[in-house]
Amino acid sequence: MALAVVVVLLVVGSIIFHFMQLYGGPWYFTELAADWGTIDFTINVTFWVTGFVFVVANLFMAWCVYKFRHKDGQKAVYEPENHKLEIGLTVFTTVGVIAMLAPGLFVWAQFVTVPEEADQYEVLGSQWQWQFRYPGADGQLGAADVSHVTPANPFGINPDDPNGQDDVVVNEPNMHLPVNRPAHALLRSHDVLHNYTVTQFRVKMDLVPGLVSYLWFDPTVEGTYDILCEELCGIGHFVMRGSVTVESQAEFDAWLASQPTFAETQAISEPDMAAGQAAYAICASCHGAQGEGNQALNGPKLAGQGAWYTERQLRYFQTGVRGGEGDTLGAQMTSMSMTLADDAAIRNVAAYIESLPDTPLDPTVTGDVENGRKIYQANCAACHLDDGRGTWYTDAPSLAGMSDWYFVTQISNFGAGIRGLHPNDHYGEQMVAMATAMSNISEIEDVAAYINTLR
Amino acid sequence: MSFFKTITTKPWEKKGVIGGLDPEGAINAPNEKVALSVFLVVISVVFSLFTVGYFLRMELPDWQPLSEPGQLWFNTGLLVLSSVLFQWARNIVNSESSKHLTAAFIGGGFFAIFFITGQLVIWSNLQDAGYYMTSNPANAFYYLMTGVHAVHLLGGLWVWSKSSIKLLSGSEAKSLKLSVELCTLYWHFLLIVWIVLFAILSNT
Amino acid sequence: MAYVPLADRDHEMELHHPHTWIGKWVFCQDHKVIAIQYGSIAIFTGLVGLVLSLLFRMQLGFPETADFIDPSFYYQAVTMHGMIMVIYLLTALFLGGFGNYLIPLMCGARDMVFPFMNMLSVWVFLVSVIILMASFFVTGGPTGGGWTLYPPQTTLAGTPGHDMGIVLMLISLAVFIVATTMGGLNYVVTVLQYRCRGLTLMRLPLAVWGIFVATILALFAFPALLVAAIMMLFDLLLGTSFFMPAIIESGTPLDHNGGSPILFQHLFWFFGHPEVYIVALPAFGLVSDVLSVHARKNIFGYRMMVWAIIAIGGLSFVVWAHHMYVSGMHPYFGFFFATTTLIIAVPTAIKVYNWILTLWEGDIRLNAPMYFAIGFIFTFIHGGLTGLFLGNVVIDLPLSDTYFVVAHFHMVMGVSPVLVVFAAIYHWYPKMSGRMYHEGMAKLHFWCTFLGTYAIYLPMHYLGFLGVPRRYYALGSTDFLPASAQDLNTTITIAALFVGASQLLFLINIIWSLRSGPKAGPNPWGAASLEWQTPDTPPVHGNWGDSLPTVYRWAYDYSVPGAHQDFIPQNTPESEEPTVDAEHFDPDTDGSKADV
Repeated sequence: MALAVVVVLLVVGSIIFHFMQLYGGPWYFTELAADWGTIDFTINVTFWVTGFVFVVANLFMAWCVYKFRHKDGQKAVYEPENHKLEIGLTVFTTVGVIAMLAPGLFVWAQFVTVPEEADQYEVLGSQWQWQFRYPGADGQLGAADVSHVTPANPFGINPDDPNGQDDVVVNEPNMHLPVNRPAHALLRSHDVLHNYTVTQFRVKMDLVPGLVSYLWFDPTVEGTYDILCEELCGIGHFVMRGSVTVESQAEFDAWLASQPTFAETQAISEPDMAAGQAAYAICASCHGAQGEGNQALNGPKLAGQGAWYTERQLRYFQTGVRGGEGDTLGAQMTSMSMTLADDAAIRNVAAYIESLPDTPLDPTVTGDVENGRKIYQANCAACHLDDGRGTWYTDAPSLAGMSDWYFVTQISNFGAGIRGLHPNDHYGEQMVAMATAMSNISEIEDVAAYINTLR
Repeated sequence: MSFFKTITTKPWEKKGVIGGLDPEGAINAPNEKVALSVFLVVISVVFSLFTVGYFLRMELPDWQPLSEPGQLWFNTGLLVLSSVLFQWARNIVNSESSKHLTAAFIGGGFFAIFFITGQLVIWSNLQDAGYYMTSNPANAFYYLMTGVHAVHLLGGLWVWSKSSIKLLSGSEAKSLKLSVELCTLYWHFLLIVWIVLFAILSNT
Repeated sequence: MAYVPLADRDHEMELHHPHTWIGKWVFCQDHKVIAIQYGSIAIFTGLVGLVLSLLFRMQLGFPETADFIDPSFYYQAVTMHGMIMVIYLLTALFLGGFGNYLIPLMCGARDMVFPFMNMLSVWVFLVSVIILMASFFVTGGPTGGGWTLYPPQTTLAGTPGHDMGIVLMLISLAVFIVATTMGGLNYVVTVLQYRCRGLTLMRLPLAVWGIFVATILALFAFPALLVAAIMMLFDLLLGTSFFMPAIIESGTPLDHNGGSPILFQHLFWFFGHPEVYIVALPAFGLVSDVLSVHARKNIFGYRMMVWAIIAIGGLSFVVWAHHMYVSGMHPYFGFFFATTTLIIAVPTAIKVYNWILTLWEGDIRLNAPMYFAIGFIFTFIHGGLTGLFLGNVVIDLPLSDTYFVVAHFHMVMGVSPVLVVFAAIYHWYPKMSGRMYHEGMAKLHFWCTFLGTYAIYLPMHYLGFLGVPRRYYALGSTDFLPASAQDLNTTITIAALFVGASQLLFLINIIWSLRSGPKAGPNPWGAASLEWQTPDTPPVHGNWGDSLPTVYRWAYDYSVPGAHQDFIPQNTPESEEPTVDAEHFDPDTDGSKADV
């Protein structure tokens, strides 16, 4: 009895909940931003068919439970089968299935057939970043392969392929697309499975190392949308984010022109060590003549850090990505970084710093090394590596032998959202999320103490 | 009665005992044989899936076919002999006289041991010639599939060794009839698997 | 050896009657003891899986409070939860537990055909569980690569447990497959060969049919997992490139070349989809019998039910790639697999209709097992219908890898089979223990589980519509997810904690009733199938006393017109239909009544 009532209530409640979401509730499909209304149509058809079955079957069951519950003197009817009824139900079900499947297959045929006029672009996934490549003037993407990957050529573009020279490479997780132009995404991965998903476009596909997969869509609404990875790709899966901006053709062309081509990225001249040394003179006052750091002046050790990382941080200080609100010590670096006039100056000084002798510092932080080891190896080593040296591939700086007190400050800043949440800090946001692996200051110190043993 | 006919009967209509003493649909064979037959189907699935994997992997560009050494023909001969001896043992055990049973049954097992030894020799020759498992998927599949086959043969030899000990310690031939039959069935099956594997490996 | 006539079978089987405690409860060859061992190990392992799920739900619902859960542990917990629940709980419980207990009893046999191999099976299963649990204590902990174990990710440095954890997981699975194969051969041969006199295949209860077909699926599907596991171990330990293409691990190129990660997915799902039915078919069978007994009515459309079980079993081998629509496989596969997948909905729907039609014009006794069975129909309808979304390839594009998928498969192969597990345990508890469980506590357990799980999974579908991705340690900041998505996550976690805690009711009830439950009598539900007709309750070793039963009718002679009582046991000859109304257990007159 109670059971019958509850089943009815659950059916009614489910329907009410559904319609609440359908009409303005917060938990329903996001607004469609691509020309895939056909997918939404198929979903609606399926909702009507399955919804009908859900309501009818459950209400009938509830009614049976109510009507035929045991009463004194009641006896069940003996009816082994009713073939006609069963055949009828089978036919009815088959019709319902066809009603859902037919539009589904029709739309799938659209999805697998890429329109000829679609513009190609490449999505490259690697642990745990998105990068993008556009074909350039010749309309063709150059051949690319894991074997060509170097820090200077993260896409692994074959340097001998003439088609690749004018490819526009976007070395950050934000991409742009022109509105109302069908876009044909070619998907490639350098390590594990990833999945390129923009919820508003409705379509997604895995990136598979060793082959090129694809999807296509026609973005119809201007705006900026999140790109998420939706295939488990390791510990950083949930922080593998990016964005796609859909804008007018003119805006898109301007953006694309501002991005470097592959040839340009390969033509960058060797850094000038002498100029770097000269520029470093001003840094030496806080960071030490050999880049060994000076805790009293809050200058962390720089020697031993990869040039790619030092460059990026200098640009962040220059553009206000770091050193913002709450980061008073960082704010000092904002003005200091301004002394470097251009990209070449940044490259020179970063290269000079990389050439300085890397002498591990004496520990200043103490903590539970064993606990630190556990936390580090489970969570940090995936990017910063077991030896704590970091790698450009995961955008992870070296930690081993660096200033441990600076590590503690920076992790605390990530944890407090002081560092890493600036919209242009594409890599810091990952650390904001990962810093939760250390739940309080003493755990941060434990990890610092463990890193001190890596030297 | 066919399976299709069985499942279309209306069980509520007919009351009373159906069939004789055997339950309808039971297979007129020892249970061990039924179980072994089902198990052989399971093993077939394993080898089929390896084969499917082999063909799918072959399509990929880095595949370099391995030229199988001629010694495999010799090994195949050993396994055929092994099967022949088991068949002989089976024929003996079904007839009244049990002469030569020990020779046939134990000889069959020994030829299987020779076969495995021969396979090991080929593996080490391939290793010496630089055909490492890691250098190419064709090599890896060769080692994997011949290895899995050898493991199944070893499993059979374990059962064979138990029966052999009984045979040598003077058990009556009749009491070993089922063991001999099961071993023979298993050996023929593994011979067929081997011939199929051999054909696939050497033709691709 | 010629075929042994049935009459002689009583003497053929040498039963080992143990005398020591160890012989009786540890190294025992009695299928009933083995069933209880299988079931207990599975349920214990399942409790570990349950606790893991509550831990990672804490992280999702209360990220601030659960700061002891780091990303690494989160992924390990998610992975181990999935693998434990699918393989080590549900597969082991349905086949090793219920299969072992019910097949010989329902077939009128003394035991399984190969009791010694049956005993080995449970011990090998225990070894696989121990290996699995050992991975919690090795360097790097258990694998965190997701229960699907997709390479190359599971074996690379960016994944927790990539060193020892994954190796132990693969070895444990291989050992488990050995155990299942030993058990499976036993179940198949027992059903074929050890049915008692007069027991045709079409007179078998649907529980046996479900377990029988599921066992065949297991025998043919698990080899695919074994093959995949062996090849992955080769890649991992010997450096081959079956599944490993040329890739970069943390900035360093690896020596692998040319392998295909998608090949692994094909092998995995060629096992993985039948696996769904390895769990579902026994559940279908068991629930059919529970419904029929408590509705005092034959199962409606028995033949269709058998055909549906066979059809679903067959079709389950040709739908696997619907798990791979967005995997990057050739997109044209989508047409084929979407079609086969939606076809499988037809026999499945027939089963649902027939369950409901069994209630129609019945004499429904709302005992606790019946509550769970009816609850199952509701959750299974819900889970089955959401499957039509995901199976229809284009709808899978927006929904795959979101919470919708999680909600769908938990409804259809988590909640639904578990409700059947409870229905079946309560239903057969009087036979297994000789005592009744506490009816009120069982019903309370039903309400907590049924309503609680619906509160978990209904909203979760909507998180999926919204686009919340699964396997995210934290949602982080996005532009499209409203802050209320986190509130919903919190609500779900509260419901999950509630459901998790309420399972204590079940454990307490089962353990307490062993000693203190009222005596049950041999056939408290008035059931017609053979297992209720044993001379002893609980049945002793050998089950049938002096002679095996003979079967004269199908298992569903309930409320037969003209009969004097509302059920006729299968072993009752036509001439001897009983004339006295047997006493039924009636919850309304039971002192512990609690219709909450």
